[in-house]
Amino acid sequence: MYGGGNTFEGIKTDSIATEDPTKLAEFEARIERGEKIEPADWMPQLYRKQLIRMIEQHAHSEIIGALPEGTWITRAPGFKRKMSLMAKVQDEVGHGQLLYSAAETLGKPREQMIEDLINGKSKYSNIVNYPTFTWADCCFISWLVDAGAIVNQLANAKGSYGPYCRALDRICAEESFHLKYGHHCVIYLASGTPKQRQMFQEALNRWWPPMMHFFGPSDKISAHTEVLMRWKVKMGTNDEMRNQFLDMYVPKIWELGFTIPDPKLKRVKRQVSGNTLNLIGKNLSA
Amino acid sequence: MDHTPLKELLYKMADDQLILGHRNSEWTGMGPLLEEDIAFSSMAQDKVGQSLALYTLLHELGESDPDTVAFTRNANQFHNCQLVELPNQEYDFSLIRHFLFDTAEALRFEMLTRSSHQPLAQLATKIRGELRYHTLHANTWIKQLGSATPESISRLQKSLEYALPFALGIFETSLYEKELIAAGIFEGEQALQQKWLAKIESILSQTSLQLPDLKLIQPIVGGRQGKHTEHLQPLLDEMSEVFKIDPTAEW
Repeated sequence: MYGGGNTFEGIKTDSIATEDPTKLAEFEARIERGEKIEPADWMPQLYRKQLIRMIEQHAHSEIIGALPEGTWITRAPGFKRKMSLMAKVQDEVGHGQLLYSAAETLGKPREQMIEDLINGKSKYSNIVNYPTFTWADCCFISWLVDAGAIVNQLANAKGSYGPYCRALDRICAEESFHLKYGHHCVIYLASGTPKQRQMFQEALNRWWPPMMHFFGPSDKISAHTEVLMRWKVKMGTNDEMRNQFLDMYVPKIWELGFTIPDPKLKRVKRQVSGNTLNLIGKNLSA
Repeated sequence: MDHTPLKELLYKMADDQLILGHRNSEWTGMGPLLEEDIAFSSMAQDKVGQSLALYTLLHELGESDPDTVAFTRNANQFHNCQLVELPNQEYDFSLIRHFLFDTAEALRFEMLTRSSHQPLAQLATKIRGELRYHTLHANTWIKQLGSATPESISRLQKSLEYALPFALGIFETSLYEKELIAAGIFEGEQALQQKWLAKIESILSQTSLQLPDLKLIQPIVGGRQGKHTEHLQPLLDEMSEVFKIDPTAEW
């Protein structure tokens, strides 16, 4: 589980000026041609630093993210849910393990990353700090937070750093099962007793604001963002990721008869790649 | 044919696997190393899956469905040994319990592959394969940490001494011991305990840990008859918390 918030703040791009211009040009040409950068290859310091930071935050988010859901393993209703949730949360810890390995290829030892997590130096997705009050909160995470993470991770899997992309390919394959599991849980709540429906509606009300924050603040395109996008470290703006999530999942939530606590959200016509599509958004003028 | 002895055997095994699986799953997200977190989660899945398979055999013998049996009984209706219900405590205790219990379970299911009750023999063949990894995991860590530092050795030694009376309770004599042996369903708790002792002695002899004289230890029994520590009922209350919001609902 990983969102876009906080990842790219506050690193100065000045260091690029001190890089060897020939090597930098060759590096950029390789990325332009769609090649992957591998651990032993030359790379600018800023690229290395940003990737470590991003992959490490991603890994931490998986590990901390195991906690709010993990607390429901011992309470999951029935064998089917209990066994599925155990496997699902175990997957998340496994993703953390895989991502720490990917980050280690850039030179930071796992021990150091874990220490930075424990002493508060490293950040991670804020959404995993929210408590899960009911079983329905856990179902919300399994379905929708994982769905948001998949949107981000599918985009990042097309990035330029080989080990991260390969880790993400594996992670996305597993996450697609989580999504099916989470959706299945929510369908049962939606088609269950009034109490079950109410539980999910309340969870949705609680989780919607953090879910929107999950993708990060609205983007202001800076020189810094521009260089990271050129190097295929950042693969899309926060708003693009958020809109993609809304387009895909708001109709599914409505289909189940739930209300999203954002009255401005409605079906709109939006231009995507020259085509007018019926999408979700707040663009009332369309 | 009277299935009471067979059912009693299946219930105690299923309850053992469910309760220890539940305890193992409490390590998910909390393990001392990522690899150990993942290992305990895997064993938890295996054990809960094994309990489901055993409850399914019971269902075929006329008992209620597995969800009802697992999620609606009270502590005094559970037949697990007390060892498995004890809280996880520190990692050293969890590891020692895992070693003592899984060594016994691996041998139990090995014996049951020869059971005259065919569905059980078939299931035991499958479970035996899974448990091989559990004992491999336990033995690896016991050998490693049982010979590592003064702290790791003294912690494991202390946990071993604490856990042994409970571990002997795994082999509490069944009311139907004779019938089970005579019918060729199971070779009996006593035979199992002997094999278990030989096995744990052989592993511990490769470490700096000392196995106390078992003749001087009073086994803690009662679990098989529904007598439990104060830890089981809260575990069951937690396990059934959501299920009991509405037992007729589908979750």
